[in-house]
Amino acid sequence: MQALKDALREIRRYPSAIAGLLVVILLVIFSIYVVITIPYQEAITLWRGGEGMWRNLPRTVPPAWINTFRSQKLPETIALDSRKGAAERQEKPLGEGKVITLLYTFDYQADDFPREINIFFETSFKDRSPFASITWYTPDGREIAIADTGLSAGSSSYRFAQDDKLLRRIRRQIGEVPVEVGLFVAPNPGENPRPLKGTYQVKVQITAFDPETQVDAELVVYGKVHGIAGTDHLRRDLKIALLWGAPVALAFGLLAAAGTTITTMIIAAIGVWFSGVVDSIIQRITEVVMMLPLLPILIMVGTFYSRSIWVILGVTILLSIFGSGIKTYRAVFMQVRESPYVEAAQAYGAGDWRIIFRYLVPRIVPMLIPNLVTMIPTYVFLEASLAVLGLGDPQLPTWGKVIQDAVAHGAAYKGFYYWILEPAFLLMITGLGFAMLGFSLDRIFNPRLREM
Amino acid sequence: MSEQVMALPRKRVGVPLAQTTWFRVLRYTLVRGITLFITVIIGVYLTVLIANMGGYVDEIRKGEIRENVAIQVMNDPALRALSPDAKRQLIEERVRIEERRLGLDQPFLIRSVRFLENALTLRLGFAQLMNSNSGSRQVRLILLERLPATLLLMGVSNLLIFFLSLFLALILSRQYGSFWDRVFVVLSPTSSAPGWFYGLFLILIFAAWLRILPFGDLVDAPPPENPLLYALSVAKHLVLPVSALVISSIFLSVYSWRTFFLIYSSEDYVELAKAKGLSGRAIERRYILRPTLPTIVTNFLLTVISLWTGAPILETVFNWPGLGRALYQAVGLFDVPVIVGSTVIFAYLLAITVFLLDIIYAILDPRVRVGA
Repeated sequence: MQALKDALREIRRYPSAIAGLLVVILLVIFSIYVVITIPYQEAITLWRGGEGMWRNLPRTVPPAWINTFRSQKLPETIALDSRKGAAERQEKPLGEGKVITLLYTFDYQADDFPREINIFFETSFKDRSPFASITWYTPDGREIAIADTGLSAGSSSYRFAQDDKLLRRIRRQIGEVPVEVGLFVAPNPGENPRPLKGTYQVKVQITAFDPETQVDAELVVYGKVHGIAGTDHLRRDLKIALLWGAPVALAFGLLAAAGTTITTMIIAAIGVWFSGVVDSIIQRITEVVMMLPLLPILIMVGTFYSRSIWVILGVTILLSIFGSGIKTYRAVFMQVRESPYVEAAQAYGAGDWRIIFRYLVPRIVPMLIPNLVTMIPTYVFLEASLAVLGLGDPQLPTWGKVIQDAVAHGAAYKGFYYWILEPAFLLMITGLGFAMLGFSLDRIFNPRLREM
Repeated sequence: MSEQVMALPRKRVGVPLAQTTWFRVLRYTLVRGITLFITVIIGVYLTVLIANMGGYVDEIRKGEIRENVAIQVMNDPALRALSPDAKRQLIEERVRIEERRLGLDQPFLIRSVRFLENALTLRLGFAQLMNSNSGSRQVRLILLERLPATLLLMGVSNLLIFFLSLFLALILSRQYGSFWDRVFVVLSPTSSAPGWFYGLFLILIFAAWLRILPFGDLVDAPPPENPLLYALSVAKHLVLPVSALVISSIFLSVYSWRTFFLIYSSEDYVELAKAKGLSGRAIERRYILRPTLPTIVTNFLLTVISLWTGAPILETVFNWPGLGRALYQAVGLFDVPVIVGSTVIFAYLLAITVFLLDIIYAILDPRVRVGA
């Protein structure tokens, strides 16, 4: 206990140790918070929810806070749902059926064009499917006919950019621009088209052929920024993966590091205590295992058996038990074995295992702790490495998987820097935090190096 | 100890020193070589076990047999008259005979030894989906074609890391406690991140943002025809991946090597050399660098092992057409023979690298030479 207190006092003398400790503590608090607010199952559902779950989010857009650093503000997503009363609704009977008018009004103040525009319908009717016509009103009073489309039962959608007729009309009236630009651009754009700021209106007029027809529609004008983390190619909010990456990385790193260092140490102690044949067998195994190609073997396990993070964790620990650490621990145990207190234990008749676990092992704990902490980043990065190779856990969102998605979709090439930088930054903070703490602890617990 | 005692009288009766020295170095190298070969055997056997538990190695072999038999039957002029059904039947029949001949109906233990033998002699079978650039389906050819790129990348980075670290560590050990010394101590934890990780940042900065270096790949497309321009293009493409590897290990290497130098420079014989009035350079070369080198080589060995481990991902990130990228592609395509083949080749490469360093160690470490 006193030793621990001394160690803590010692830590205060190392700025890098304090920084590392701070990062580690923050990470732990952060992870606990994440696991409580977004439970495991919910995280998986959110991450694997598919298009429906993230329908209202734009694809591959950077986080919203980058607007703070920009003079040209990028638009945020505007989603107006008639079910939530975001549209003015009028219903007029017409013959046997009725006419439903949904009028959406929104204010557009961004300096850039939106990414895309969609309308999602939710329809129910008796025999004949209703018919919708969509009209666009710009702030300067122009009226652009968008489309006339039949609505099928259940969910359906109208995607502005995929309508060739609309695109041709825009080309005729406005010029060679994409649909979402054509609808927002100020008249006579010239070289550098800018969106027209002001209040836009979209009218959806639905002609129904029976009075029971129900239609609701959601207009989504996708922005070019989203949330605190941005989105990926599947419209998923990266926040989920970045948040959940922390507990996964911590759990994997801690368990793997603890699993390997502790077993390695115990095996080294057993080898030294029993010496002779046992020791030389352990030594030979270590020499062999040290040179096994760890990553290709993990890749094979991941490919042939299971990509579950826990299986990979188990195999990693199994393959690292006879790691290079054994040599280091062995050297120390050799000295400890000769100490008088071990001899005393033998004299009073302590058994082999008692001596190993009660006399040898505790003596080496000060050396073990820095090693363990230093090993954590290695395993955090190992998990990320596997994920980057496409062997990440199939269910859990992790930082490595985000990087893999980004690399696989050419994020660097296409300029989606946030997509790589965010998870990489978190990985670096985690890795550096543990490494800095571990290196300082090593200097504190093993003062021979400090003197140098 | 006993060997040393034995060695002394031999010297006395006039056996040339060089002879015994080289004999010892040779013996040490031989023993290490055999140990490493056993390691490769165990590594490959483990590969066979892992791959075979799902029955994949059998699939590889059976696929190979079927392909060969089918080609034989299709190309046999004597069989051309047969109907497609009869041909199929004939193929099935011959496949069965061939599988029996190769012992695929034998128990696993016997078969696994045969797989081991095949893998060790690099008879790696046929790929399911991948092709070599020359169009071959043979895993061996696919992988050997990729080998030069990997060797180039790893060779250049390893040499650079070794000599740069040695040079910097020597300088820093001379100015212990200086600003740069502290910079390296503070930055040493950065080596916990692997090379590919720094590669991401380097790509973002130098390729995506500044646009002065290529994003990846081995040469420009189309490759220049002039050999000199070709080499220049390769060199340009090498800069980023090599820098990534160097950055990922240089700080820790320099930090620990400079510590080794400091430990050895506090030995009594260094003090004595100083007292004799030897020049600083001579002391450094003969009294500090010389005894530290074996330790450094051992330390470098661990660095090299971890660099090899990270190679597949670095190559993936940089689109480097090497072995690691082949492994990555094979994972994506689920091309089992290529995955197993790459693992075997990686085991060999790792063992060969370690063996080379062992030879250097044997030459450097006087304890090996005098047989202590």
